[in-house]
Amino acid sequence: MLKISNLHAKIDDKEILRGINLEIKAGEVHAIMGPNGSGKSTLASVLAGREDYEITAGSVEFLGKDLLELAPEERAAEGIFLAFQYPVEIPGVTTVNFLKTAMNQIRKYKGESPIDAANFLKIMKEKSKLVKIDDQLLKRSLNEGFSGGEKKRNEIFQMAMLEPTLGILDETDSGLDIDALRIVSDGVNQLRSADRSFIVVTHYQRLLDYIVPDFVHVLYKGRIVKSGTKELALELEEKGYDWIKAEADAAEALA
Amino acid sequence: MSENIMQNQLISEFEEIQNNLNGKKQDVFNQSRIKAIEAFGNLSFPTKKDEEWKYSDVKKLVNATYNFHPKSEITHSDLESFELPDLEGIILYFVNGIYHPELSNVSDKDGRIKISTLQEAINDVNPLLTEHYGKYLKSETDAFTAMNSALANDGILVEIPDNVTLEQPIILRMINDTRKENVGSIIRNLIVVGQNAEVKIAEAYRSFGEESGFVNAATEVYVGKDARVDYYKVQNDNDVSYHVGTTQVYLADNSYFYSATITLNGGFVRNNLNLVLDGEHIESHMYGLYIPNKKQHIDNHTVVDHCKPNSVSNELYKGILMDNSTGVFNGKIFVRQIAQKTNAYQNCRNVIISDKASMNTKPQLEIWADDVKCSHGTTTGQLNDEAIFYMQSRGIPKKEAVKLQLLAFASDVVSQIKIDTLRDYLEELVKIKLDEIN
Ligand SMILES: Nc1ncnc2c1ncn2[C@@H]1O[C@H](COP(=O)(O)OP(=O)(O)OP(=O)(O)O)[C@@H](O)[C@H]1O
Ligand SMILES: [Mg+2]
Repeated sequence: MLKISNLHAKIDDKEILRGINLEIKAGEVHAIMGPNGSGKSTLASVLAGREDYEITAGSVEFLGKDLLELAPEERAAEGIFLAFQYPVEIPGVTTVNFLKTAMNQIRKYKGESPIDAANFLKIMKEKSKLVKIDDQLLKRSLNEGFSGGEKKRNEIFQMAMLEPTLGILDETDSGLDIDALRIVSDGVNQLRSADRSFIVVTHYQRLLDYIVPDFVHVLYKGRIVKSGTKELALELEEKGYDWIKAEADAAEALA
Repeated sequence: MSENIMQNQLISEFEEIQNNLNGKKQDVFNQSRIKAIEAFGNLSFPTKKDEEWKYSDVKKLVNATYNFHPKSEITHSDLESFELPDLEGIILYFVNGIYHPELSNVSDKDGRIKISTLQEAINDVNPLLTEHYGKYLKSETDAFTAMNSALANDGILVEIPDNVTLEQPIILRMINDTRKENVGSIIRNLIVVGQNAEVKIAEAYRSFGEESGFVNAATEVYVGKDARVDYYKVQNDNDVSYHVGTTQVYLADNSYFYSATITLNGGFVRNNLNLVLDGEHIESHMYGLYIPNKKQHIDNHTVVDHCKPNSVSNELYKGILMDNSTGVFNGKIFVRQIAQKTNAYQNCRNVIISDKASMNTKPQLEIWADDVKCSHGTTTGQLNDEAIFYMQSRGIPKKEAVKLQLLAFASDVVSQIKIDTLRDYLEELVKIKLDEIN
């Protein structure tokens, strides 16, 4: 589904991604872990199409298309969804209105007619139950004055509404209380299917107890320096990153 | 002799009119016009040296030639091309500054309110002319006001008697028919709202044609005790038009006044909105929205004068500036020494979406009382790129995301409009204007 090859990205002459290789097949869940500042959010943003970064080398193929050629909205319409680490407040636009606009734009891209109001409401009811999000919240300006946890829950709600092919969750677990973590994870698990994949960026093994990944990768200094299965997350929880950093730094010194 | 074309032209036209008046010359009203033309002759049009006109240059305007008495053959079917909304109300059309009864709809006139055109009022010696006309807006204020007082072609005088609530809005559609030539209209309105009476009134300006139109408009509003007035000014003129207008509002005890000034299009626009809060427990709101593009220039000057204690004034003006456009906001708040317990809020917020557009904002607070709550703020910023990327990441194309953000920004003003059809229509017009973003 997604094939990232030798991806390099920089901002203001600072190289942040330094050769990422990652392949994700349909239905798989890949967790990405790694120390602060290692480039996890950058990778997520680059996949979603943020223009602040300059891609200096490498390629990304998504469902047979050159992803890097597409505008962010085209990527979304093709099935990429990024749940932001820091969701943005949009004053004056309600979540409901925002999602209706988004959904219809995606439909337009695909050559479909706009969704009718009744149908939209029905889907909204259904999906808001999935993540137990309050109706009142959805009538407010998007993310404006939402608590940290409410913002994260709203991200997953949006994902449920837009039904992407690849969901990228950037630290969706941070800021969630224990109950919310379970609810959000349940929501994600219900969206798991044979043709939908996820990239789950997290610092905590706990989330991976709920959303069990097929693979775990460690990102360090803009590269994936270690990959494994869910046991790797347990090992990291126990030992921290120092041993991986040491290994990676030694390898880089040799190169 | 003044050194601009417009002043010379208007003064000699005035003399011609006077020569044809014969017996009417001695009328009290005509005497007031003679005084106004004298004031006009002694005043000069403002230049950029005048503090109040520093950023708004009328040199080109006052040296252009306008026909101030053109005939118009505008018809119902011409109006249809405007696709105006089906507003229910008393709808009065003024074309090139003159009332056109055949286009208007005054059938709802239920006899309780008194409404007449300025020309009718002059002929009938309407008592409003002596009691209220020119009492709030003084001719000598400046050259544009003097010009208006001396030379107004037409306009309306409305009186809402005590305790009368007019459900339907009064809508003044001011059209400049500039299909053939440069057209100047001088419009003067007077709205007198009695004790505990209520009215909604809208002035809507629109050009029809490609040539330049110049509107000099002045509206005096008297809001009696416990009265309530909603006042709208909507401007949608062509790119080569000029508008210089003043709305002067007098407010008595316990009254309520709400205004929205919405400028969608116009070459050069100067709006003066002056509120005199001459009573206690008055609630006043002033909202504004301006969306210039190309080389358009929109200048809003507002004054709130708190003369008595215990009143509230609230003001929010918002601007979206595109292309090479320029905007000006000047907001004065005066709180007199006896006006204790005044609450006065002022806010002007702007989004500039082009490197070449600019906005000048100047709040001016002069507070002589000590027990007051006043605040003011101005912001001029750019689009929020984070928000736009966020929307794009959900599938909304950049242009639509920009529009959505700006519509939300504008909605603080537009959503306040209480005439539903007008609000929906303006929302639509704002969208259409935002489609012009490159
Ligand atoms: N817009 C930017 N301008 C300058 N530096 C940036 C920018 N965006 C990211 N960086 C830098 O790139 C590096 C990687 O940042 P990134 O946000 O991708 O890290 P992360 O792995 O997500 O960290 P965290 O775990 O703290 O969320 C950091 O050093 C960060 O300061
Ligand atoms: Mg991050």
